[in-house]
Amino acid sequence: MELDLTRVEEIIDKYRDERGGLIGALQDIQESFGWLPQPALRRLSEELGYPMNRIYSVATFYKAFSLTPRGRHVCKVCMGTACHVRGAPRILEEIERQLGIGPGETTADKTFSLDIVNCVGACAIGPVIDIDGEHKGNLTPGKVAAILKEYREAT
Amino acid sequence: MTRLASPAELEQLRNYIVSQRRPDRQWVAICLGTGCRASGSEAVSAALRNALLERRLAAQIDVVEIKETGCQGFCERGPLLVIHPQNIFYQHVKPDDVEEIVEETLLGGRTISRLLYRNPESNEIVVKEHDIPFYRNQQRLLLAHSGEIDPTDIRDYIAVGGYSALPKALFTMRPDEIIDTIIQSGLRGRGGAGFPTGRKWRSCRNAPGDTKYVVCNADEGDPGAYMDRSIIESNPHSVLEGMIIGAYAIGSHQGYIYVRQEYPLAVKHFRRALEQAEEYGLLGHNILGSGFDFSVKINRGGGAFVCGESTALVASIEGKTGEPRAKHVHTVESGLWDCPTNLNNVKTWANVPHIINRGASWFASIGTENSKGTALFSLVGKVNNTGLVEVPMGITLRELIFNVGGGVSSGKAFKAVQTGGPSGGCIPRDLLDLPVDFESLTQAGSMMGSGGMIVMDQDTCMVDVARYFTAFLMDESCGKCVSCREGLVQMHRVLQGICEGKGRESDLALLQDLCDVVAGASLCALGTTAPNPVLSTLRYFGDEYRAHIHEKRCPAGVCKALITFQIITDKCTGCGACLRRCPQKAITGEKKQPHVIDQQLCIKCGVCRDVCKFDAVQVI
Repeated sequence: MELDLTRVEEIIDKYRDERGGLIGALQDIQESFGWLPQPALRRLSEELGYPMNRIYSVATFYKAFSLTPRGRHVCKVCMGTACHVRGAPRILEEIERQLGIGPGETTADKTFSLDIVNCVGACAIGPVIDIDGEHKGNLTPGKVAAILKEYREAT
Repeated sequence: MTRLASPAELEQLRNYIVSQRRPDRQWVAICLGTGCRASGSEAVSAALRNALLERRLAAQIDVVEIKETGCQGFCERGPLLVIHPQNIFYQHVKPDDVEEIVEETLLGGRTISRLLYRNPESNEIVVKEHDIPFYRNQQRLLLAHSGEIDPTDIRDYIAVGGYSALPKALFTMRPDEIIDTIIQSGLRGRGGAGFPTGRKWRSCRNAPGDTKYVVCNADEGDPGAYMDRSIIESNPHSVLEGMIIGAYAIGSHQGYIYVRQEYPLAVKHFRRALEQAEEYGLLGHNILGSGFDFSVKINRGGGAFVCGESTALVASIEGKTGEPRAKHVHTVESGLWDCPTNLNNVKTWANVPHIINRGASWFASIGTENSKGTALFSLVGKVNNTGLVEVPMGITLRELIFNVGGGVSSGKAFKAVQTGGPSGGCIPRDLLDLPVDFESLTQAGSMMGSGGMIVMDQDTCMVDVARYFTAFLMDESCGKCVSCREGLVQMHRVLQGICEGKGRESDLALLQDLCDVVAGASLCALGTTAPNPVLSTLRYFGDEYRAHIHEKRCPAGVCKALITFQIITDKCTGCGACLRRCPQKAITGEKKQPHVIDQQLCIKCGVCRDVCKFDAVQVI
């Protein structure tokens, strides 16, 4: 699929005079495309003058960035302490088993990406997961299958 | 809106806003903090708006204002709303309840007992918010207005007295006087380390250099902690006002706020606050006609825990990887772009307007001898009243957990409380009467931290908790220091072995050695405090480690390799719920006959225990 780089040009213009703007520019690219496509990073390097190794060092350091395309639905399992003591590891295992992937991976059909996050701050309803920005709380392993099914079918 | 050009104009505006508000009018404060949103408060708010609009058309209701506030604190009971001026508190509100609320309470003046708070012990109904033990036992200073103001409307903040400290500081105090006031107040950094704020400001003011920066650290990375987010979401101007006063005192004209990107609502509210403050002449060029210029930029974090460390945060604002550096020269002398930089936590900044308004001795009268003011905690985990609490420093852990927090959930036994995030430690039952202040918590092997407080009960395995935090830090270590990068991997390997039943007697001494090296040889606070969870659990819960190592037993029933799931024959009704849901098809049994788990097939996922309505699945 051909990548539409117009959005990248806009982002470049936005950060052209911004001191220390590399992280912000990468965040905007990540937001627009859901990941950091290499052609976009090359344009960033050419226009803003950051060497590619600097861009990759930042892109691989911070968790917010992905160098591979993500699935249609991003499922983030909260692994904060409050969720941990309320059973989050079992929720994660159940999701891994249902999807057949581990954290940081995407299903072959590109339906789901699975991530773990340190805390979403919704401790009152833990263990909690965040799918596409929506929180699903008070989970038990038994509830996982139905939630994933709902999203799989929604496409 | 023309920019306010003097303190007198600000006062005129304040009087005008207040005069426009009828004290007898009814208004509904509905919580739209992240916790309540997750429980569905947006739908409740929308339903309420619709219901009121319909009636307004029919002219039944004159004016009922709805205020969508930030976090009101009692997350456990969300979605929640408070009806003013009567102060009626409704909990677990659903969109379906809205019609009744309008008819009965707003129009009829009657309360709906189903939605009121009920004291779990006495079963007594509590109508008013401020009579509920969760709120009654707090001392809310930074959170005082969180449940009353719309965080996206600067006029709300002005109406409750906001931006009154700013003109006082700019027009009646010299920068040195402000710093003296902060020093005398005894305010200490709320990010966790507790460094005296005023002294930091003075160092930065005195540091050579024309360009200086102030930074607000809102990279709240501790898992189970959301105080900073809640303050920014519910009252962003209080943080901003503190920053402007600090910048004036220090001599800075540019500020930054570094917010975790996992907090989109906080970013949105702070951005709005900046726009409005600028529009009103409270930020930007020539603030309130004082001749002082100051502006603030927002930087979103990239999801790296280590960036909460001051030098790593500075590197991140500079657009680099967030690696800490040695602090031979402090950031107050050489920080952002090698200029003097004063960095404080969200809560520290938010305290400043209160101190300027009410004086150093007032602030110093709250708290203990060395820890002044209030402490904010997100009280979470196995506690009845999960939520955001603010208490005076020096309150005991027991008062905090049992009086405010309502004790341990599900009637289980209290085991430990974890404070200070991954750098903190676990405090056992015997120390529940410990006062909450900087020194006491450090002496107990934990630390104040930024304010996460996680309650653990009998079902929490302390070895697993130590492994959990070590795994967290292993993952978040930036990798610069060998001791931290490799030491944590080795500590994790040993702990993992103990949890899997492969622990050896020599492991405990090995862990102790590794802890010493990681703490002693690492550069930043992430490494030097990383052993705390292990050290504190070894110190207070050594028996649990020994049970894992010697008896190959996990007393809390958590570590999978050491437990088995069994069906209690007497309790099993043979309903077949577990049999149908078992992913391994490991459960067999005839209908209406007790079922059996095949231990060879069982993967210990626990689905059977979740779906059993008869409590017939046990862990041994």
